[in-house]
Amino acid sequence: MKLKREAVLITFLVVLLGVTIWVTSLGKVGIYSTFTWEQIFYCSWSHLEMVVVAVLIGSVIGVPLGVLVTRPGLTRLAVPVIGGANIGQTIPSLAVIAIMAPILGFGFQSAIVALFIYGLLPIVRNSYTSIKNIDPAIIEAAKGMGMSRSQIARRIELPLARPVIMTGIRVSTVITVGTAELAVLVGGAGLGKITLTGVFARETLIILQGAAPTAAMAIILGFILEKVEDWMTPRGLKIER
Amino acid sequence: MIELDQVTKIFDDGTTAVDDVSFTVEQGELCVLLGPSGCGKTTTMKMINRLVPLSRGKILIDGKDILHFADTELRMQIGYAIQEIGLFPHMTVAENIEVVPELRGWPKAKRRERAARLLDMVKLTPDDFMDRYPKELSGGQRQRVGVARALGADPEYLLMDEPFGAIDPITRVDLQNEFLKIQQDIRKTIVFVTHDIYEAIKMGDKIALMNGGKLIQFDTPFNILFNPQNEFVSGFVGRDRALKGLQLIRAKEVMRKTVYMAQATETVEELKRRVGPEHEKDEIPVAREDGTFAGFVNLQEADSGRVSEHLKHARAVASMDTVLDEALSVMLSGERNILAMLDHDDCVQGVLTFSDIQRALSEADQSRGTL
Repeated sequence: MKLKREAVLITFLVVLLGVTIWVTSLGKVGIYSTFTWEQIFYCSWSHLEMVVVAVLIGSVIGVPLGVLVTRPGLTRLAVPVIGGANIGQTIPSLAVIAIMAPILGFGFQSAIVALFIYGLLPIVRNSYTSIKNIDPAIIEAAKGMGMSRSQIARRIELPLARPVIMTGIRVSTVITVGTAELAVLVGGAGLGKITLTGVFARETLIILQGAAPTAAMAIILGFILEKVEDWMTPRGLKIER
Repeated sequence: MIELDQVTKIFDDGTTAVDDVSFTVEQGELCVLLGPSGCGKTTTMKMINRLVPLSRGKILIDGKDILHFADTELRMQIGYAIQEIGLFPHMTVAENIEVVPELRGWPKAKRRERAARLLDMVKLTPDDFMDRYPKELSGGQRQRVGVARALGADPEYLLMDEPFGAIDPITRVDLQNEFLKIQQDIRKTIVFVTHDIYEAIKMGDKIALMNGGKLIQFDTPFNILFNPQNEFVSGFVGRDRALKGLQLIRAKEVMRKTVYMAQATETVEELKRRVGPEHEKDEIPVAREDGTFAGFVNLQEADSGRVSEHLKHARAVASMDTVLDEALSVMLSGERNILAMLDHDDCVQGVLTFSDIQRALSEADQSRGTL
């Protein structure tokens, strides 16, 4: 089952990279020149940079936020926090990005802030549910045995929550790879530059030259983070019965 | 010793969950908190380790007010086992058992050794189970680990909230019996919550029967059954108190010390001559040369030859330590009305008949708790 999934992913990757290589090797499509390898690498790099920075900020803020609102005394804040993050995601990504330009000006920072806001929800929500979904009996047993609150957090809750938190970060990363296509509109860089050029030129092949590497990036990052997730999952949780 | 003195719990919403409850659990005793759901038994138990804070009254452990301890310090002295068990799924069985010893700073080697000892005690082979994870265990095995974990740092006190509640009836009886055996050795002071009167009668040295937050009767299981203080108690006990009472009486208390024992090697004529005509219709237990039980001989059916040629019903036996309900069940399933009572060496110490059981029950009923 697992092998099959990996085979599908690899097939997709090969197709996507094949398309990229093919279009790039054409050199010219209609009256337009295709982008060079150098440009593709540059755009991919800046794309990756935006994704990594946005998701890192999202994790640094989102994980503690999601976990904190599960603490007794702060549970009142859970609804507004999760709701707020939810609203962030219901606004169309294009709108979030477009709003940032007049506020923060054109450039990298607007793009990052927009991506961060848009990718925050899965991280906050998963961090919150990761703690909330722990069997209350486990916490009661830990308490009854004499563990302090911080010992319960460190030894019980966080190890059990880690895999779910990582899933949130993975989902956020994959979403952000897609959303980052739009960053070019507010003066960011990234593969959106190539895709958008193709859109304006009405040349499908040039659109693909930007879209295919983006999709490939999403697949690769998703795959890597899945491995990280697996590595961070305590052994006792992986056993299936 | 655990003393509850006018303990009351009023929740924030104004409901009184526990109302002026006082009782004392003596050192080494198992006290069952019994009652219908919502009667306050679990709340009462949880006030002892302060998982639920007291509203009024006092709880003393070993003579010291529990309020003098920090929460964690208090709880580390009191083993805790709950129905849902709550094993930590990311820790191995050994790590689970070692949690409290580790919190108390025991060195690694001592913790391991303790975990192995406890696993042995709950009948799980340490070598097989130490490094397994909770997900790899069956329900009954998890309960065993839960009990072992509660005993982790060898606490003087144990709180158990329906610890055998979530398992099938057969495994449950096994666990109850094993736990009683363990308790005979370790003699902890235990507060044990259940809603099951059978379990309460079987496990408890004392029963605190609660209803609507109030303590209705605090007494021995015998008195709860045969000397109920009011309607509620007799209603809770039910009309089959005689049957329930069977669990309270051990076979050795009512069996008849054998007057006549047959030897496998003697002849039927010799035996008949020895026991006399008034026992000719009896079934007589037969011992082998080494004293172990061989079977019964029925003097009405056997007429000649050696006793060993007429042996019957070699399996109509029970240990002297069994309670009457188990002995009765052996009788019923084997359609026998006489059982040989064996000691630990399989030697016959007496016989138990159906009428002995009847007699014991009617005596219990008449004694009205004076026993």
